[in-house]
Amino acid sequence: MKTRRTLATVAMLAAASGLVACSSDEGGSDASNCTNTITKQDLPVVTMWAWYPNMQLVVDNFNEANNEVQVCWTNVGQGGDQYDKFQTAISAGTGAPDVIMVEMDRIPTFQIQNALVDISGYGRDAVRANYGDGAWKDVSVGDAVYGVPVDGGPLAMIYRKDIFDKYDITPPTTWAEYEQAAQKVKDAGGPLFGDLGANVPALMMALQIQKGAAPFTYDSAQPESIGVRLNDQASKDVLDYWAGLVRKGLIGTQDQFTPEYISGVINGNYATYISAAWAPGYLTGAGVGQGQDTGTFAVAPLPQWDPNNPVQVNWGGSAFSVTSQSKKPELAAKAAYGLYADQESLTDGWTNQIIFPLNLTALNNPEFVDLKVAFFDGQQANKEVYVPAANAYQGVVYSPFGQYYFDAMTKQISEMSAGSVTGSQAADRLQEDVTKHATEQGFTVR
Amino acid sequence: MTSITEKRAPRTHNEKRKTRGTIQRREHLTGWLFVGPFGVVFLAFLIAPLAYALYLSLFQKKLIGGTSFVLFDNYVKAFTDPSFLSGAWFVIRFALVAIPVQIAIALAMALILDAVTSLFTRFSRLMIFLPYAIPTVIGAVMWGFLYSRSFGPLTDVFGFFGATAPDFLSKSLIFYGLLNIVTWQWAGYYMIILYAALQGIDPTLYEAARMDGAGRWQIARRIKIPLIAPALILILVFSLIGTLQFFNEPQILRYLAAGTIGSDFTPNMYAYQQAFGLANFNYGSAISFALGGLVFICVYAFLFFTRKRRSFL
Repeated sequence: MKTRRTLATVAMLAAASGLVACSSDEGGSDASNCTNTITKQDLPVVTMWAWYPNMQLVVDNFNEANNEVQVCWTNVGQGGDQYDKFQTAISAGTGAPDVIMVEMDRIPTFQIQNALVDISGYGRDAVRANYGDGAWKDVSVGDAVYGVPVDGGPLAMIYRKDIFDKYDITPPTTWAEYEQAAQKVKDAGGPLFGDLGANVPALMMALQIQKGAAPFTYDSAQPESIGVRLNDQASKDVLDYWAGLVRKGLIGTQDQFTPEYISGVINGNYATYISAAWAPGYLTGAGVGQGQDTGTFAVAPLPQWDPNNPVQVNWGGSAFSVTSQSKKPELAAKAAYGLYADQESLTDGWTNQIIFPLNLTALNNPEFVDLKVAFFDGQQANKEVYVPAANAYQGVVYSPFGQYYFDAMTKQISEMSAGSVTGSQAADRLQEDVTKHATEQGFTVR
Repeated sequence: MTSITEKRAPRTHNEKRKTRGTIQRREHLTGWLFVGPFGVVFLAFLIAPLAYALYLSLFQKKLIGGTSFVLFDNYVKAFTDPSFLSGAWFVIRFALVAIPVQIAIALAMALILDAVTSLFTRFSRLMIFLPYAIPTVIGAVMWGFLYSRSFGPLTDVFGFFGATAPDFLSKSLIFYGLLNIVTWQWAGYYMIILYAALQGIDPTLYEAARMDGAGRWQIARRIKIPLIAPALILILVFSLIGTLQFFNEPQILRYLAAGTIGSDFTPNMYAYQQAFGLANFNYGSAISFALGGLVFICVYAFLFFTRKRRSFL
């Protein structure tokens, strides 16, 4: 009896200690499981999450050149997957890394939760001249700087030369011409001219901004007050324009970044693809431009509403931010400023089309500007299209509830594509939906 | 525990009085030690998270203004929230169609496999059960590709008859696209349960029925189905709970059709999105509990109406 009881006690204690062992894992902020190998063992280490495909090289370059701090990097997922983990870490109050890669349109979302550190005091002046004003605006909330710009996404029109040649089309320079060209191709029995994906609301936002929409006005000095203008005339016009293209059967409504869409791009089901400067790299990675479609792609500037006053806009682009859970913000800021800012990493990034660099030392590098891009069959795409677009970019004010706004926008674009609402109605509903959310979250909506 | 102590009673009167208390106490303790490991895990991983979620659901956290105690405001909001209501309405509609379809198929297959004995019976049984062995995530991904109109087989099949293939990931057909996946996945599992129940029926009943002149069809209808009614009700409850908590398949197909399958497509997805996408753990918890309440009501109502037939719970 006694032995048995002792055994039972031991078993129970073992089970209980097993439970304790499970809960003592510190998760993402743990510096012991880096993907990269840290050679300078005696230096302090900051942890980092990022998902650039060449991040291993970038981190190694930084660690090798730096004698103050070493970076321990992990890739915890791309985009939304990483944000969900970061968001959970913020709510839990623990588990976030020191440095984190975020897309610029997410910065206010995390900033308003006090999850990011204002790094303007940690040596920003030294690198201020390395980036354009638009890039700085995208990583700032008011005067505070919450990230170091890395790559941008100036928008342009990628098109299929073979389809344009076959139907005798010249690249449209205005949206009116874009529609005429689409009609011409359709009348001749050709493929769809483009695509409106409900799952890429950030692209639609950029296209609305191009016509003069200013979806959000927000200043961190007055964090409780936000301007929401999602149904002004410009926003409505752009949505109506795209709804019209769908209704007339000129463009498809396939979700983008899906195997279905990519196979359509390879098959030549779409004559154009309105997308950002990182798109060629993404498409190449997805297998586009390597088989029967080799050398069929070219790029032209984004069509304009008013050719006399061209407006350039941006889709995506990322920055490195320092999280407020970091216990070494100064060292973390050093890493954020230094990573992906050396020539070797930048050159690797742009030659492999992984990033469209915002660092002016790369942006103004003649080799970058004159690069004959293989994906575009040797076209000097940077010089002709992307660099001018990036230089003219003014920056945008993003919302502090980006996830909700984009979800709501996806819903409305989906309704619009199904024909159940017009573009204007979609804009009105979006305004109502987002205003309600903002009010519920305690904002005063201006 | 008491019954055991009682059985041990026959000893001399004096001894009994002396030791009874000690033995009882000691056995009491041993009992708790045996229950202990389960109890700890049960409390740590079921009761504690539930209590914590309930606690969370009574608060509201705003981006501006911080956290405040709001009692049942989150529940009031959930039951007036079109996203939650439309999601709940979807899973209820889905349950009303999917469950009868799945059970009808499972029952038909079980009856056939039970009645026919040939070389292929075991093979067919395994093949019908196989989809259940495939993880739901893999199954959903696989069907996502089969539904593709550019590289799935549908275009070829429909093209053969000169028709255009339907898009099962579109707004109008997603209901049937999901219905097909779920039926494919679960019908085999339900079939195995029903088949096992059929195997448990005493064969002399069939013999008696045959002597009374009953045919195969009558045996199936008058003997087999009534006798496996408890198993039928069991799988109905399983499928009802599973369908109301619909999550995996639409969440995976969302990567292919985010426009069709919104983040509020089913209540569970909506709770997930609120908690982990929008950091609104309070409202996410409230939705989970509201869904739990809905499941409870549905299951209770179902059990109430079938109370005469069931032999479990």
